[in-house]
Amino acid sequence: MIKKDMINYVADLARISLAGDEEKLFASQLNDILAYIEKLNKLDTAGVEPMSHAVILVNMFRDDKVKDSLPKDEALRNAPEKEKDFFKVPKVIE
Amino acid sequence: MQDFCTYTARQLRQAIEKDSVKAADIASCLLARRNAVDKKVNGFAHFDKKLLLERAEALDANESKGPLSKIPIAIKDNICVKDELTTCSSKILDGFKAPYDATVVTRLKQAGTLLAGKSNMDEFAFGSSCETSCYGPTRNPYDLDRIPGGSSGGSAALVAADEVIAAIGSDTGGSVRQPAALCGVVGFKPTYGRVSRYGLIAFGSSLDQIGPITKDVTDCALLLKIIAGYDPMDSTSIDTDVPDYTTSLVKDVKGLKIGLPKEYFIEGLDKDVKEKVDQAVDLLKGLGAEFREISLPHTDYAVSVYYIVACSEASSNLARFDGVQYGLRSKKPSLLDMYKETRREGFGMEAKRRIILGTYALSSGYYDAYYLKAQKARTLIKQDFDEAFKSCDIILTPTTPTPAFKIGEKTKEPLKMYLSDIFTIPANLAGIPGISVPCGYSKGGLPIGLQFIARPFDEAGLIRAAYTYEQNAGFERIRPEL
Amino acid sequence: MDKQVYITTIGLEVHLQISTKTKAFCGCANEFGREPNSSTCPVCLGLPGSLPVLNKKYLEHAIKVAVALDCKILGSMKFDRKNYFYPDLPKNYQISQYDMPLSTGGSVEITSTAGARRIGITRVHMEEDAGKLIHDQKRPLSFIDYNRTGTPLLEIVSEPDISSPEEAHLYLSTLKAILEYLEVSDCNMQEGSLRCDANISVRPSSQKALGVKVELKNMNTFKGVRQALEYEEKRQVKILSSGKKLSQETRLWNAEKKITELMRTKEQAHDYRYFPEPDLVPFKISPGLVQEIRDTLPEMPNDKRLRFIKEYKISEYDAAVLVSDKAMSEFFSACVKLYPKPKNIANWLMGDISGYLNANNMEFGQLKMSPEALAEMLGLIDKGTISGKIAKDVVVDMISTGRSASDIVKDKGLTQIADAPEIEGFIEEVIGENDKVVDDYLSGKDKAMGFLIGQLMRKTKGKANPQMANELLKKRLSKEKR
Repeated sequence: MIKKDMINYVADLARISLAGDEEKLFASQLNDILAYIEKLNKLDTAGVEPMSHAVILVNMFRDDKVKDSLPKDEALRNAPEKEKDFFKVPKVIE
Repeated sequence: MQDFCTYTARQLRQAIEKDSVKAADIASCLLARRNAVDKKVNGFAHFDKKLLLERAEALDANESKGPLSKIPIAIKDNICVKDELTTCSSKILDGFKAPYDATVVTRLKQAGTLLAGKSNMDEFAFGSSCETSCYGPTRNPYDLDRIPGGSSGGSAALVAADEVIAAIGSDTGGSVRQPAALCGVVGFKPTYGRVSRYGLIAFGSSLDQIGPITKDVTDCALLLKIIAGYDPMDSTSIDTDVPDYTTSLVKDVKGLKIGLPKEYFIEGLDKDVKEKVDQAVDLLKGLGAEFREISLPHTDYAVSVYYIVACSEASSNLARFDGVQYGLRSKKPSLLDMYKETRREGFGMEAKRRIILGTYALSSGYYDAYYLKAQKARTLIKQDFDEAFKSCDIILTPTTPTPAFKIGEKTKEPLKMYLSDIFTIPANLAGIPGISVPCGYSKGGLPIGLQFIARPFDEAGLIRAAYTYEQNAGFERIRPEL
Repeated sequence: MDKQVYITTIGLEVHLQISTKTKAFCGCANEFGREPNSSTCPVCLGLPGSLPVLNKKYLEHAIKVAVALDCKILGSMKFDRKNYFYPDLPKNYQISQYDMPLSTGGSVEITSTAGARRIGITRVHMEEDAGKLIHDQKRPLSFIDYNRTGTPLLEIVSEPDISSPEEAHLYLSTLKAILEYLEVSDCNMQEGSLRCDANISVRPSSQKALGVKVELKNMNTFKGVRQALEYEEKRQVKILSSGKKLSQETRLWNAEKKITELMRTKEQAHDYRYFPEPDLVPFKISPGLVQEIRDTLPEMPNDKRLRFIKEYKISEYDAAVLVSDKAMSEFFSACVKLYPKPKNIANWLMGDISGYLNANNMEFGQLKMSPEALAEMLGLIDKGTISGKIAKDVVVDMISTGRSASDIVKDKGLTQIADAPEIEGFIEEVIGENDKVVDDYLSGKDKAMGFLIGQLMRKTKGKANPQMANELLKKRLSKEKR
């Protein structure tokens, strides 16, 4: 069972603020989904390799050759806020 | 003037070659059709009339010689087109103009196609109904109270409504095949790695594939030929030759071994759907195909595996939408609040739900129970198919358990919505190709789709089977009344 | 009360930028000091839809480092996503390596007056660098330059084998020398191409288990690392000896105040949600490739040290100092070929030349003097053309201007005076002007002799051959009868 504080922890990790009723809604919906997913626990996966890719491919490289970068103005074009040639954000405090 | 909108790509190419049809004329047909029906269908997320006319003019001026010259194509709104809005039908990408073309877009431009606009979709491709778009739902041209399917609902509806000749979609768990089935058109999901994902805004990176949505199998082969092939910009793209798929447009299934997975023909399958699929089986039998029952024993786990894998990957893929570099930014004095408020305001409910589910599945202490477990189960699902393809060449299934459902019917119960992709999800998990072709209509007049699935990289085999069926199916295509 | 003895345990984490032509996963130029945001593309900006492709050279260089540090190259490796939100990280995840890194289990041999010791290397793994943040001093704003994002990095993690801040410093210098020899990085701490974080814990000698670990960040020089560790060692001992407990936390070194300050506690630790990067395929590294790279390794500092001792008969200490700086060791070798007195060369390199560089905060590589020039100068001393004292000034001139010793000597008229009558002339002047001191000398005060020599050198601007000056002055004074 996912409780409200778990939803809050996860929402915080995902940097999404939730309204009060959303916590409850998500908790109940996620519990439904997790209850459904629960069936995976019945499956014996001992000794089974995990599959993280849909194709069996290895060693895909590129050569160390310089390609054109974006013109600076294009790189900055979509910025919600910028100053001079920098992207601008509220002060970063650790 | 001819109404070119009703043509297939091949028919339009013939007309262009025979009568030197101008792109400008095709564009005006499109505009007229759009004006007449798109208020009802809402298939476009972004449509720029001026740009369309300019493009048409440029194609006419340059006497473009590409293989699909002047064919109007809609691009799903999660595929980047340089200097045009690409927003995944999400508020969080409000105003975002990609500074580059997706590889498929580059190829379509080289082929001379007339890019007709960005098609509407479920926000970030999260959905099976096209209801989660920030631009409002797309409606099924066959019944405007019903969903067109999703997430490439806009692409499928535009093709079905004759607003474009063909469209490009993306398929993570059925997002090309399912809307194609529900809108009565052809939808193709290639083998993972066959079509470059570069420029496709990722949902589930290990599942996503771009595919064409067309009026018939012939157009599907034409488009696939253009977009398929190795791309050095995508590490998961495969460097093998792309056959000329048009040579597979052959009416012959004699001796073809077709498997019917018993797990797909179960209770809950809509009666009309079952009837139409049974008819298709009989028809193919009559044409010499050899049927056998097969088993894909881990089918029941597919939806669970899919939602864990896809949501986990999505939670990470969507982390970049934070208001820093592009898109929406909520004004807040602190950085943390800016992040949280931007993402609260920018993402719709389904996006938030999936991000939270995926973040949870990956978070410390839960990874092994969810993500790792799902990856292992995914291996078993893939092995089911490997085993099945030892005794058959093609697998035949319904594309969806039911015809199109009503708008709003499943929005309150996410799990029910998720289960509507139950027949299409396994191919994404296994990375194998699948095609949905129309196989008739329900008693209520709603389209029904038939799905063919093949071994990895056997797109040609799929096209041949689907084409043979399509050419012999013998039912009259009903155009939607709009 | 017994005085408790504490044991210090230190582990270091070094981040090294690899100097490939292009970034880790895209074709942008990998260069320091470009205009802000001018070396970026959709991939390193993490724009939606973009995909990474690994730079082959980066992997080769990484293998080179791993091999040089005696690490085991694991036959197959993969990349993982490390998920956390930070504005210098455009995707809000870093492509890194988690459970299948490039290599594990190596070591570095450090040599101090106490002898040689091996410091274990836990792992060497590959990851991409983040961008640069600049904080506004007055307004509550930060600015982002993404040029550095995607720069190829290696993370080199040591075992907690280091027992003192001095040893940490020695480990870093030794590691840096190895890395410089490999020519895979600028190893420049000022420019950030080599960065170091530290873990330190202390415990009473009676306790077996390691103490509470504190992570230190924000040290910008090797000296800073040592100072931060020294400060932290004292702080922790003070807390423990007062009977209080330490808490696991991350602290920042404040180089101005010379203290460490709390950054975050363990409770605020990150939940990075690592999972395999779906956009990159796994990599198999064959023993053949590793061998090929091993075969191209240049001579390592340790081997060079042993060779120097054997070949040039210099002391263990001299050899260790010379090889600790790649540029210096190469200069030394080149110089020995031209001037066959290794000890002399070593003395000058480790003495005046290193002194000058340290005083002026310069790297050996910035030296304008060539080995030929130093060899020539040493020859001039041997021939008596200049005195050793004059040479000290000449060398400074050579370092800063790059001119040859003979040019400097000629221009400034610094040739040694080795002509007896000329020196005798100056001696007469000195005696005439220092009546009282001469008296002192004659009355047995030996110190007076030094003063008179000094006066003589001043008159000759230091050019008098010191030996002749001494002898002639003594001879002249012995004739003085008072």
